[in-house]
Amino acid sequence: MSQTVSRPAPPTGRAASRPGRRRRVGRQGLVGWLFVSPAVVLLGLFMLLPVLMAAWVSLLDWNGQSNPFTGGKAEFIGLENYRDLLVDDGLDRTLFTTSLRNNAYYVLLFVPLVTILSLSLALIVNQRLIKARSLFRTVFYFPSVTSTIAVSTVFLFLFQGSGTVNRLLSWIGITGPNWFADSRGVLWVLLGALGIVDPDHPSGLLADHGFLGLSWFEWLSGPSVAMCTMILLATWTTSGQFMVIFLAALQDIPRELEEAAALDGVNRRQLLRHVILPALRPVLFLVLTLALIGSWQVFDMVYVMGQGAPGNTTLTPAFLSYQSGFKDADFGQGAAIAFILFAIILICTGVQRWLLRERSGRSAR
Amino acid sequence: MSSATKKRARTTPEAPVLPRFGVPWRVIGYVVVIGMAMLYLLPFAIQLATSFKTGPDAAANPLTLWPTTPTTAAYERLFGLSDSASSVPFLRWLGNSTVVTVVVTCSRVLFDSMAGYALARLDFVGRRLLFVLLLSIMAVPGVVLLIPKFLVLNTFGMFDTYAGMIVPLLVDAAGIFIMKQFFESVPREVEEAARIDGAGTFRIFWSIVLPMARPALITLTVLSFQGSWNEFTHYLVSTQSSEYETLTTGLARLVSGGLGSGTLYPLKLAAAALSTIPVAILFFCFQRYFVRGTNSGSIKE
Repeated sequence: MSQTVSRPAPPTGRAASRPGRRRRVGRQGLVGWLFVSPAVVLLGLFMLLPVLMAAWVSLLDWNGQSNPFTGGKAEFIGLENYRDLLVDDGLDRTLFTTSLRNNAYYVLLFVPLVTILSLSLALIVNQRLIKARSLFRTVFYFPSVTSTIAVSTVFLFLFQGSGTVNRLLSWIGITGPNWFADSRGVLWVLLGALGIVDPDHPSGLLADHGFLGLSWFEWLSGPSVAMCTMILLATWTTSGQFMVIFLAALQDIPRELEEAAALDGVNRRQLLRHVILPALRPVLFLVLTLALIGSWQVFDMVYVMGQGAPGNTTLTPAFLSYQSGFKDADFGQGAAIAFILFAIILICTGVQRWLLRERSGRSAR
Repeated sequence: MSSATKKRARTTPEAPVLPRFGVPWRVIGYVVVIGMAMLYLLPFAIQLATSFKTGPDAAANPLTLWPTTPTTAAYERLFGLSDSASSVPFLRWLGNSTVVTVVVTCSRVLFDSMAGYALARLDFVGRRLLFVLLLSIMAVPGVVLLIPKFLVLNTFGMFDTYAGMIVPLLVDAAGIFIMKQFFESVPREVEEAARIDGAGTFRIFWSIVLPMARPALITLTVLSFQGSWNEFTHYLVSTQSSEYETLTTGLARLVSGGLGSGTLYPLKLAAAALSTIPVAILFFCFQRYFVRGTNSGSIKE
């Protein structure tokens, strides 16, 4: 599957059919374009054109009332939308940096968590001796084909203040938080439980100084309790999908390789460390990339589970983009956020590609 | 299970490479695995159980898997059987979702396989460029297009219409990619033979290539169905009237309090359960095609 992502199209016998090519191109050229025309028109109109139009709108001050593409009025303000988000001190920038902080913590927790969990599930389900392997695979895989909206509804019920999870926690003597209403950062909650800081009354150096409109206390707080619930939900729904990707790679490992290792007298841990994990490396990077890209796109969950509340701690750039456009009628700002988000995703993917190239280069030598 | 594993299972013994774990370890292992499986199953079980509870029962006993006083009130309300004043337009949502999903799925199966076939097999000017464009389109994250899509639909006068909901979804880049990969794996000889017999390109595509592509077509069908049934963001930005609400946008409004409904958990969970059922049925019947789709590098949106 990594090959499907990056392999260039194989040569299609061009050189072989050199003499007859001219004629064939003439006849097939028209048919070829006929075959792709629905796709070209639809993707062009609804994928490429929107990006270009949004690029223009991100330079406008447009309230969404009259359409600037059909003669409506919208003032051209250059890069001001971007400046409001990144440079100028104000509410726009504070909200945007808050959303970036929230999403960065989401990435930081979700990506390792989902990778480790899905790899473990795959290793378990792949055990040749386990009974009912395919039943377990089905169970773990099912949540990832359901709609995020539907499973978010279930999680809202499970994590209510007096809901299922807190009822379970009370059995072992823990008073669970009011998950979706709790805006405290988990780091301060943990440190507060140890009596090191007072999460409700920030003071001192961290609270008095800041960066990009947020105090260091806010930057360092970690994801809020509400955000952690979303991370749990995302992990629960995505792990099955990644497990399936790992499983396919595990089943592609030649059995001879494992048998040879077994003849050499390796134990289980050595087999995992020296045979299985190295063979999984390309897929591991694929999963990391998919998880990283996906986690900068959190939207559905945020929409259902609180729309940024409590205290803007579940606000993500994707949702902020929607909110600026459709709720605050500032489509220029919303488009600008979308483009910054796009840049973030591209940079993340680029960095990961680059790291991957480094690694494979080293192991080849 | 892929055909590769089946083949391997036939040629080599199923016996594990390393000796079995000792009995205590095996017991611990099964306890852990079954525990994990419970974590994945229980939310759905609790969802189903709660949808048959009364409101106060759901609030008082969020953990029990059996309702103290079983009731189908939530379902009756969803299907408009009770004369409750504040009924939920569930049937409308269901109808909209069904129509959109059926149209989108049929169209994707046809147009994606046509484009995939052309990109894999037909020789025409600009093919390489188109493929590069296709890959770039696949790299554009969906949420980045929220506002851009609204702009286009608004400009074309398609905002808040069925056309606006359906037309932009009629083709998807990932589906074209899957079909192209598949058609490249089909041996050329079959087509060449038909060509020599005088069959035209349309004929070859329709009566020779497509029937051979059955597994890929099923994969594409289940992915398209699941994708458009679960689609949320596109419907959210392409409509605003409640008459166009689908199961996802309607449920989202119900859950986020838009219908002024207080808690009403049995109702919400029943609606969520019903909206999950079609994809669940598809999943249990065609699981290996879902696996194939996941493994063809496509990304769940």
